[in-house]
This record gives sequence, C-alpha cells and structure tokens, in this order.
Amino acid sequence: MAAWTDISGIKQKIADSSAEEVTASYIETIGKSKINGFTTMWDEAINVAREIDSEGHEGPLAGVPIAIKENISTKGLSTTCSSKILQGYVPPYDAHVIERLREAGAVILGKTNMDEFAMGTSTESSYYGPTLNPWDMDRVPGGSSGGSAAVVAAGEVPVSLGSDTGGSVRCPAAYCGVVGLKPTYGCISRYGLISYANSLEQIGPLATNVADIATIMDVVAGYDSRDSTSINRENTYSDALKDDVNGLKIGVPEEYFGEGIDEKVEKAVWDAISKFEDMGATYEKVSMPHTKYALASYYIIAMSEASSNLARFDGTRYGYRAEGENWHVMASRTRAQGFGEEVKRRILLGTYALSAGYHDKYYLKALKVRTLVKQDFDRALDNVDVLMAPTMPAPAFKIGEKIDDPLSLYLADVNTVPINLAGVPSISVPCGFSGDMPVGLQIIGKHFDENAIIKAAYSFEQNTDHHTRRPPEVA
Amino acid sequence: MVYENPDGIRIGLEVHVQLNKLNTKLFCGCSTDYHDSEPNTHVCPICLGLPGSLPVLNERAVEFAIKIGLALNCSIVEQTQFHRKNYYYPDLPKNFQTTQYDYPIAAEGKIIIEGEDGEHNVGITRAHIEEDPARLQHMGTIDKSKGTLINYNRSGMTLIEIVSEPDMRSPKEARRYLEKLRSILDYLGVFDGDLEGAMKADANVSVFWGERVEIKNISSFKGVERALLYEIMRQKNQIRRGGEIVMETRHFDEARGVTISMRTKEDEQDYRYFPEPDLVPMRVADWVPKVRETLPELPDAKRARFMEEYSLGETHARALTTEIKVANFFEEVAKKVDPKDAAVWVSDILKGELNYRELSIDAFTVEDMVAVVELVTANKITEKSAVDVIRTVLDDGGKPQEIVEKKGLLKVEDDIVATAVDEAIAENPEAVADYLGGKEKSLNFIVGKVMQKTKGRADAREAREKVLAKLNE
Ligand SMILES: [Zn+2]
Repeated sequence: MAAWTDISGIKQKIADSSAEEVTASYIETIGKSKINGFTTMWDEAINVAREIDSEGHEGPLAGVPIAIKENISTKGLSTTCSSKILQGYVPPYDAHVIERLREAGAVILGKTNMDEFAMGTSTESSYYGPTLNPWDMDRVPGGSSGGSAAVVAAGEVPVSLGSDTGGSVRCPAAYCGVVGLKPTYGCISRYGLISYANSLEQIGPLATNVADIATIMDVVAGYDSRDSTSINRENTYSDALKDDVNGLKIGVPEEYFGEGIDEKVEKAVWDAISKFEDMGATYEKVSMPHTKYALASYYIIAMSEASSNLARFDGTRYGYRAEGENWHVMASRTRAQGFGEEVKRRILLGTYALSAGYHDKYYLKALKVRTLVKQDFDRALDNVDVLMAPTMPAPAFKIGEKIDDPLSLYLADVNTVPINLAGVPSISVPCGFSGDMPVGLQIIGKHFDENAIIKAAYSFEQNTDHHTRRPPEVA
Repeated sequence: MVYENPDGIRIGLEVHVQLNKLNTKLFCGCSTDYHDSEPNTHVCPICLGLPGSLPVLNERAVEFAIKIGLALNCSIVEQTQFHRKNYYYPDLPKNFQTTQYDYPIAAEGKIIIEGEDGEHNVGITRAHIEEDPARLQHMGTIDKSKGTLINYNRSGMTLIEIVSEPDMRSPKEARRYLEKLRSILDYLGVFDGDLEGAMKADANVSVFWGERVEIKNISSFKGVERALLYEIMRQKNQIRRGGEIVMETRHFDEARGVTISMRTKEDEQDYRYFPEPDLVPMRVADWVPKVRETLPELPDAKRARFMEEYSLGETHARALTTEIKVANFFEEVAKKVDPKDAAVWVSDILKGELNYRELSIDAFTVEDMVAVVELVTANKITEKSAVDVIRTVLDDGGKPQEIVEKKGLLKVEDDIVATAVDEAIAENPEAVADYLGGKEKSLNFIVGKVMQKTKGRADAREAREKVLAKLNE
C-alpha cells in the first residue's frame, strides 16, 4: 500500500511529475488492495488526469485523486448504493458535488463501498461484500461510508466523499483513524445523492488531515438552487485553519459517556479534552437530557423516510428487474430479490411507523422528540463554543460480530445520530487508540459554524501526533 | 320558488385541472408544451424520478393556484406545505405522489351556479396543488394487453384538485358547476381547457341523505351528468328493493353508461402521508394582495356589467360571458355597432355556426362580424343572406363584402320591387279578384310572384307590405 500523502503533497508530486503519473500510481496501489474499499473504478480517470496535464488546469484540486461513495450520482459511472437492485444503473447526470469536483480539477478514481443504501454501521451489508478495516482486516471499517474511510486510511486515495445520515461519515472515520466531517444540514447540496433519509443526511468529506477537509469543503459546499434545503451562505473553510483555541469554551455532554462505553475510548477522549485545556481552552460538563430518546427518534424518522424514498426502485425504469406476469408481480419480485435483509427490515418498519393508527404514536412522536433533541443542542451551545464527545462508544468490532443482531448495531450510533436530528455540524478526528484500533473525537458545533470545529480540530492536530500513525501495512 | 330536492340528492365533485399554461412543470424545468411531441421527450431526472433527483417548487404554479383560490372566494394558506402520498402504481415514477394534505393552498370558498331554483351557492372545501403522473398506454385492450408503455411527458405537470362540498342537488347542477368552474379558470388564463387531460372529475353522490358513493375517472362534462343520472337511478332502485347503499368507490364505464363497483370502504388504501422532506415551506401570505390585483373581471361580474352597460337580457349576457374570448369578441363588436345587434349576431348566430363546426371564436374576426352586422342593419342584405355570409367565411374564407358581391346577395332596389309588384298584380287579375273577394291566401300567391321576379333577393316581408299597399289603394 502507498504512503499517506496530503493534498499539498500531491500537488508537489504533480508539479514534479504529472497528474497522469500520480493517478497511475494510485490506480496501481488500488490494484493491489486487500480491503475491498472500491466497488467500481472509473476507466476515464487516467484520461482526465492527462487532460488536466495538457490543459494546465489551475483548479484548487487539479489532478487530485478522489473517491466517491456509491450513493452519489456520477454521470457515466455506475452508482448502485451497493445494492443488487441498482445493478446496471448508470446515472445520466452528475450530483452537484461531482460537478463542483470536476470543475476544480479533481480526478475521480472510482466509487467506494457502503452499507446497502447507507443502512448500517459496518459496510457488511453491501452487495459487493464487506470492506475490511486497514488497521485490522478482521474488523469492520465502520459504516455506512466504510469504503470511503478505509481507502483513505489505506493510502489508496488522499480524500473521499461519504454521506452521513446518522454518523455514516464520522463512524468510519473514527474506526479507520481518519478525519471525517458531517456539515450542517443545508451546507452541501444533496442534488444527486441517492436519498436514504432526506431530512437527516449530508454529504461529507474524509481525509487524513483537517486541512484537506477544509480544502474539499471550499470546493463542494455552497448554495445550489436544485436542492430546496440548500442554504445560501458564503464561507471559506480554509480560513479556519489556525492553531488557536485560546479561550475556546468546550462543553462535554455527560450523556455521551453512558453505559457500555469502552474504557480506553473514554480515556482517549478525556486525554484529548485535557490537551485542549493545555492549549488554552476551558471545558464544562453540560447536560443534554433528551439524548437517550434520540436513537429511537432517529430510527423511526430515518426508516419512515426510507420506506418512501426507496419505493421508486421497482424495476420499471432502471437497475435490476425480476420477471413477473404483470407490473405488480414484477415490482414485488424485483424488490424481494433486489433488496438485502437490512433494507427490507427498515422499509417494513418505516412503512409500519407511517401507517394509519401508528403514525401519531411513532412518526409524530419521533418528530416531537427530534425538536427536544434539537433544543438540547441549542441550549448547550448557547453557553459553549463547541461540544466534545467520543464519536463511537467503542472501537471497530469484528466482521460478523453484530450483523445478526441489528439492535446492537443500532446502539453503536448512539453518539452520532443526535447530531443529525439537530442538523448541526460535527467533525471526527483521531485522538488515540484502544488497543490497536483508532479512537475518534467528535467535535460538534453550532449551525453553520463549521469554522469553529475545523479550527479546534486543526489546532488539536497541530499539537498531537495521533493522526500521524498509519495502519501497519501503510506505514 | 324553492327547489325541494325530493330525493335528498347530494352531489360533490373533485375536479383535477392541469395548469397547462405554465411554461414548466411543477418541480422541474421541463417544458409543458408536450401535447404534440414524441413520447418521453419532455423529461429530466426529476420528473423521471431518477435516484438522487430533488424537486424544486415552481413559484409560478403556486401563484396560479393562489389566483384560482382567490377566484373561488377561498382563503389562502400562510405557507405552502407538501406531503407524500405513498402508493405503488406504474404511472408514478417515485411510487409516491407529491401533493398537499392538511394545508391545502386554498380552502373554504364558493361558486355561484344557475341552480334548479335560480342562483345557488356551491361550497368549495379546498383546492390543492399536486403533480400529474405519467401516462400509461396499453398495447391492446386493458385485459388482453401484451404490455404497457409509459410516457413521462405528462409526469410532473401541475394539477390543481378542486374539491366541492356536496351542495349540488341534481346532475344538471353538477354540469352547471363544471361549466362555471371551467369558465372561471378560462378567465384566469391558467389553462387551455381544450387540451387532452386538461380537466377531469370524480363525483360523489348520495340519495335520501344517505351514504355517499364515489365515482372515479369521468372524462367529460357530459360523462359526469350521465354517470350521476345512472348512479342516482341505481341507488334509488337499490333502496326501493329494500337494499342498502354502502360507502364505496365505483368506476364509470363510459361506453356502457353504467357504474361498476371498484372497492368498498374497507379496502381503502393507507397512503401513509408525511411531509415531503425535500421541499421547505414557502411563505406565500405576502403574495396574496399582489395576486389579487391581477385577478380579471370574473364571469358573474362581467355578466352583470353586460346587462347594465349594454342593456342585454340575462340569456344573452350569460351566453356571451361563458368564455372570456367570446366576451372580449362581443365587446369589440359592440364598439362599432348597436350592442343589442352585436349580442344577437354573436350569441345566437355566430356561436351556433362555430359550435356546429367545433371551432373557437378565433376562427372569425371582429372586423368581419362588424361588417356582417352593418350590412344587415343598413338593410343591404337580408338576415338569411347574412347567415350565408358567415357560413361562407367559415367554410371557404373571404371577406363579407366580397362574398356579398360574388353571390349577388345585395338586396334589390326599391323601384325594382315596385315594378315587380305592379307587374305581378297586372299579370294575375284572378288572384287579385280572389283576394279582394276575401280569399286571404291569394295574397301569398301574388307575393310569391314578386319574389320570383326579383329572383328571391327582395325581402319577403317587404314585398308583402308593398303588394298589400298597392291592392288597398
Ligand atoms: Zn422534468
């Protein structure tokens, strides 16, 4: 596997050789990969790199290789959500973020593996088989953007895009020891992102360091009239790359250190908070009393939305199609054969939660809880600048360990889903190890205050060396 | 006179109106001008429901909907809210329809119709915005079809569903309601009612104040009246035989003129409505005063004004104000000729000739209408010739003046008639004697001779008067 190189390092390499050579070397590395992080390679990548060389492209990402999660639409490149039901589907259009990346000169190497339709925490439910964690190939890389995190951790690509509905960027970032950002809801256009739970999800970048996250954000974030939930607000994320946390007020929500938390994870996070104190920040404990209801609320909302979002996959227009004597039989069989177990489970639960007689009891109640959770954040962030907590309560688990126990898988999301319910931004950065497995520190900010969490994360990175440790085979 | 409604009939209508005068569809930029296009040429990722596509609300569609709401005397919602109506059907690209649920754009209005006993109010429960599904085309008949083709050109077109209260008391009132609604929409310029799929109705009807039955998919105004007549008869017969009316949905078989049971209340679908997460509420309360300013004079007001300003009778005023184009046409003609003459010629004659040919008022010009009316009122051509001129313009083209000359329709001069009268009397002494002896009918014979001599160009009544005058000298 290749060594980790950041965007500025890659730009230097391109200056010394060419975008084509850099692209070719990454493609070669990926060719030898053992982790199954990529699902489809883009055969045009090398041509794009060659064009960038000949044009003398001056975009902010000119020649920089990037990997894209399987659920972000790429014109001419298979986009399947790692599901059988979308086999053969090639989008005729680019997602907003892809348009932005292409303009900036990025070279899309290929698509990365994920839990089927982003429903999972382990990337085990993929139609393409599981992705392995580069730190320990018996363990999961986290999910659902497991492929996007693992390929960055393995040095197969410097940066990638994932999507985060309930922790799907931050969880694999934490499990794979890389940096991952879930931006504020409305920050990045979702146009072209295949919906799992529209009211919760955002596209987010993954990288080996905070500066690269800011660079990607400068390219992909911003208003897009094609997404009604997109917010028109200018921001330069790289302006936040300053080593300065003097006077920063940190809130530490007690509820995020609850029952079942791994001791070493707890210690690593508290060590990180002490480090921030050393650097000039102060902390106080805060209470977010509705955290314990967040998980239930999240799953009801996410599954309800999913049951409707995934209705369109019926074999009529694209993707997999089963045989049947009429449309209803064809569509039913297509869905029965095309969706995996976890997807079916969530569609059924979501359908149930929205049904007459249960709608108020589940869906409406979940919405009310969502408001309470959001109020927790508003209150807590009224007194402090950022919140800090473990991204995941425990490090990456073994492949196969939890796949037959959906409830324990859902519980792993306990610290990430409240952030999506509230719509606030959150970044996960490496902050130590539990055994040989990386631990992630989650830094949560106010709505559209990405710069506060980027600055805190960047400062932490400048004063620690957790992020410089590499998976054994990458080092 | 008060209409007693002896059979306790209550009819409500749900009308779907396609706003085909918008330039683009409800949630995407696709053109709405697809009616003469190849299938699947007015489509994009959004109206095809491709994965990852997102809807963006067409503000002009909302403006049109507010305009309709105001014209129907409704109150307008503060902010838009859309829901998903979830059900599986091959014409739905997303297997849900984006529609409005508990916050329709407009609610609680009314329409005044010409009822069984004069003016009658029909309440408007609500009007909401929703997207039109794709069009299915079966290869062969529906039961023996080898396959179905889907044309997404229509997918995502803007529909307004207008729901009335069950305030209509006869099929005739239901038809009048539809005509009035169409007339108002026509005035607003929000749709072209002649395009395929522009207006569709579902009806609900109950008799003896009983359970209501819904009738789906009626494609024409005539169909509504027929379906209701049949359904009322069916329900009355059922009750007469001691049966009960159950709440159900029935389908109208246009060809056979009967309604057929589709499903009862128990198997009604659960649409699992929930708010559309991809559309944020849009505040429209501030738009309302502005939109209200753009409202044109509506049919009722125009009719009243025509009666007042042009001294027209109710019948003429009503006929002339149903369609905005006809009303405008009339007013243009009335500027040049006596409005009462204009009303007679536009409403009684021209409209009949146009209807017979299934033509709109666009097929005739104001200038030609003025010319025809002037020729008649100046006594230069007979009324019969004037109708002939109108028909000729419609069928073969040409200008009235030219047609009159070419066909030699100009009335003959007075002295020619006088000569013909003198000759006829001189040449038919027996008939003259008979008339003078008391045989009234002999007069007709003499007038007939005058007409023969003038080759029919003389006015018959005028000729008769002249013969009489001569004989009575
Ligand atoms: Zn479209």
